Amino acid sequence: MAYTEEELKKELETKEYEYGFYTDIESDTFPKGLSEEIVIAISKKKEEPEWMTQWRLESFRYWKEMVEPEWANIKYKKPDFQDISYYSAPNKKPKYNSLDEVDPELLETFKKLGISLDEQKKLAGVAVDIVMDSVSVTTTFKKTLAEKGIIFCSISEAIKEHPELVKKYIGSVVPQKDNFYAALNSAVFSDGSFCYIPKGVRCPMELSTYFRINQAGTGQFERTLVIADKGSYVSYLEGCTAPSRDENQLHAAVVELIALDDAEIKYSTVQNWFPGDKEGKGGVYNFVTKRGICEKNAKISWTQVETGSAITWKYPSCILKGDNSIGEFYSIAVTNNHQQADTGTKMVHLGKNTRSTIISKGISAGKSQNSYRGLVQVNSRAENARNFSQCDSLLMGNECGAHTFPYIEAKNKTAQIEHEATTSKIGEDQIFYCNQRGIDTEKAIALIVNGFSREVLNKLPMEFAVEAQKLLEISLEGSVG
Amino acid sequence: MLKINNLHARVEEKEILKGINLEVNAGEVHAIMGPNGSGKSTLASVIAGKEEFEVTRGKILFEGEDLDDTAPEERAHKGIFLSFQYPVEIPGVSVTNFIKTAINESRKARGMEDMPANQMLKKIREKSEMLDIDRKFLSRSLNEGFSGGEKKRNEIFQLAMLEPKLAILDETDSGLDIDALRIVANGVNKLRNKDNAVVVITHYQRLLEYIVPDFVHVLHDGKIVKSGGKELALELEEKGYDWVKQETVA
Ligand SMILES: Nc1ncnc2c1ncn2[C@@H]1O[C@H](COP(=O)(O)OP(=O)(O)OP(=O)(O)O)[C@@H](O)[C@H]1O
Ligand SMILES: [Mg+2]
Repeated sequence: MAYTEEELKKELETKEYEYGFYTDIESDTFPKGLSEEIVIAISKKKEEPEWMTQWRLESFRYWKEMVEPEWANIKYKKPDFQDISYYSAPNKKPKYNSLDEVDPELLETFKKLGISLDEQKKLAGVAVDIVMDSVSVTTTFKKTLAEKGIIFCSISEAIKEHPELVKKYIGSVVPQKDNFYAALNSAVFSDGSFCYIPKGVRCPMELSTYFRINQAGTGQFERTLVIADKGSYVSYLEGCTAPSRDENQLHAAVVELIALDDAEIKYSTVQNWFPGDKEGKGGVYNFVTKRGICEKNAKISWTQVETGSAITWKYPSCILKGDNSIGEFYSIAVTNNHQQADTGTKMVHLGKNTRSTIISKGISAGKSQNSYRGLVQVNSRAENARNFSQCDSLLMGNECGAHTFPYIEAKNKTAQIEHEATTSKIGEDQIFYCNQRGIDTEKAIALIVNGFSREVLNKLPMEFAVEAQKLLEISLEGSVG
Repeated sequence: MLKINNLHARVEEKEILKGINLEVNAGEVHAIMGPNGSGKSTLASVIAGKEEFEVTRGKILFEGEDLDDTAPEERAHKGIFLSFQYPVEIPGVSVTNFIKTAINESRKARGMEDMPANQMLKKIREKSEMLDIDRKFLSRSLNEGFSGGEKKRNEIFQLAMLEPKLAILDETDSGLDIDALRIVANGVNKLRNKDNAVVVITHYQRLLEYIVPDFVHVLHDGKIVKSGGKELALELEEKGYDWVKQETVA
């Protein structure tokens, strides 16, 4: 049921959800439900080596013993894990050598997403590894990267081509039994991206992945592994869009970052999954485990703009293991209508002279609930650890909520921890001031929200920042009466 | 250009404007004076379309058109500008970004394209030089941490950028030091021409020495109780408001 040009236009006009379309591609979907047989079948389908199959099975066994977490400040109907199909791949050949071989309808979808590959190729500085419904369809810029020894491919490919790296690092930051969703992901992850930057190499372009959920009732379980070897640098962009669907879609990704001595990883996310309609129906459940580990003098920065999902449960974290390592977390989380977000970060200071910075900007509108939950943990061995946290909330209207839960555990007396928090409301006077200068209320709110988010937007790569600003605007449309 | 007939306005249950009549023609400068709380800022806000105030009787006509159902931003697009007595802060939004948005929104409303970047920058440079504004100032967050005088100067910078037909300056002089007052007043004078008009609300004769009014009106308790030429301002400075108040009672 492909959309006609007209229908698509209409939908974009109403902007109910900018990317609310659905591509009808024949796909090869597993029966619903989860069992050891399904886990084995997934592994087989992906032609994985035996060690991987065993790793998945081990994860599945852990998962069976676990229960869903209850502590987050969110309410929802729990997904029925036996009612989800755990594998779906475009039916045609999974790999293409050139664009001509790609299913034209798939290309059409890319076009609608505004990521026509031709354009992307010309656009300097961005390599794209597109994850479409669980299988990487095509990878560009591989050659340029290969010259520098950089590996950027799907995780499935990495399992086959670079087993020694995958085997060494997968689960090393987020262990299989870390939490309920991580265990599930470890058992059934469909695909995702893999990136390795060799010693001393500065990745010459932003690496980016577009995720997309495209199959009715197919949970998506992405697995991302980024390894920056000693003294290397990489900036990684992750952007997500999803078609609007009538039933809840589960997304439980795992992202692991490894920054070895003197390495730096910048990981930026702009997330725009379907948040559900005005009544809160439909929408993506986003339960993600993101964590990075820093060795000596290494640095990891997480920057995220979260506007989508019915429910977001997400805490990108840094383990500052090496001395002098640095962890940063910059976040904008927008909730509107009935959205619920419980996000934040964990900074675990293990090494000496480790530093962390947390800047969190929460924007709540409609009847939404927006919670920040942050943990700063300073180990007894971590001399002179420093943390600065700032959490600002902006409220629009009287029916939404903002909550801040900062937790601090300092076991070393030399730790310096600072926490600042503010809550503000968009004032009538601010809006009138803008109106008086010819700026209508909708635009005025966008402007004020952008200003409020400035510090975080500035951390994003330029192209992403522009996109993020647009997203903020779209997601708050109609939020003033 | 602006014609106000028997205007009554209230906030909540309190009547503040109690029958204002005022006519401002192109090329004119009007001064409105009057004691604290007499309704000067309220009048300015009502002209600008602040919805908090309810117009219960009377009319505001701008270039012959009744503004009754016109939203504040549309009034701005038509060329009404208000320099606020208390400009608000918008954290994180730079002066440049704000004025760029304001100009392009007005252009959009008139069916025009965005102003090209080089033209915008040229204009910004011109106007900031005219008002002796440091360019670094323009990248700061709008009004955030600005001194009283800086806020006022920034209002006039926006006026210069937007080039409205009718400019209402609500106590722009308060907070400005002597030099700044002269710079700002000269700026306003440079912007004047036969097609636009200025309404200055002030408590002091000093500003009127620079921006010389054709008419002076005294607002008291929601009504214009006396109008005259520029000498009226001098007379007020000498005698205070009690004099006009008594005259109206008599
Ligand atoms: N939102 C409001 N709610 C209640 N009363 C208001 C409101 N706005 C204005 N007023 C009242 O209306 C009256 C007129 O206020 P306005 O600000 O117009 O005075 P003004 O002439 O500008 O005074 P000043 O010279 O001190 O600036 C005052 O008594 C003020 O308290
Ligand atoms: Mg006033």
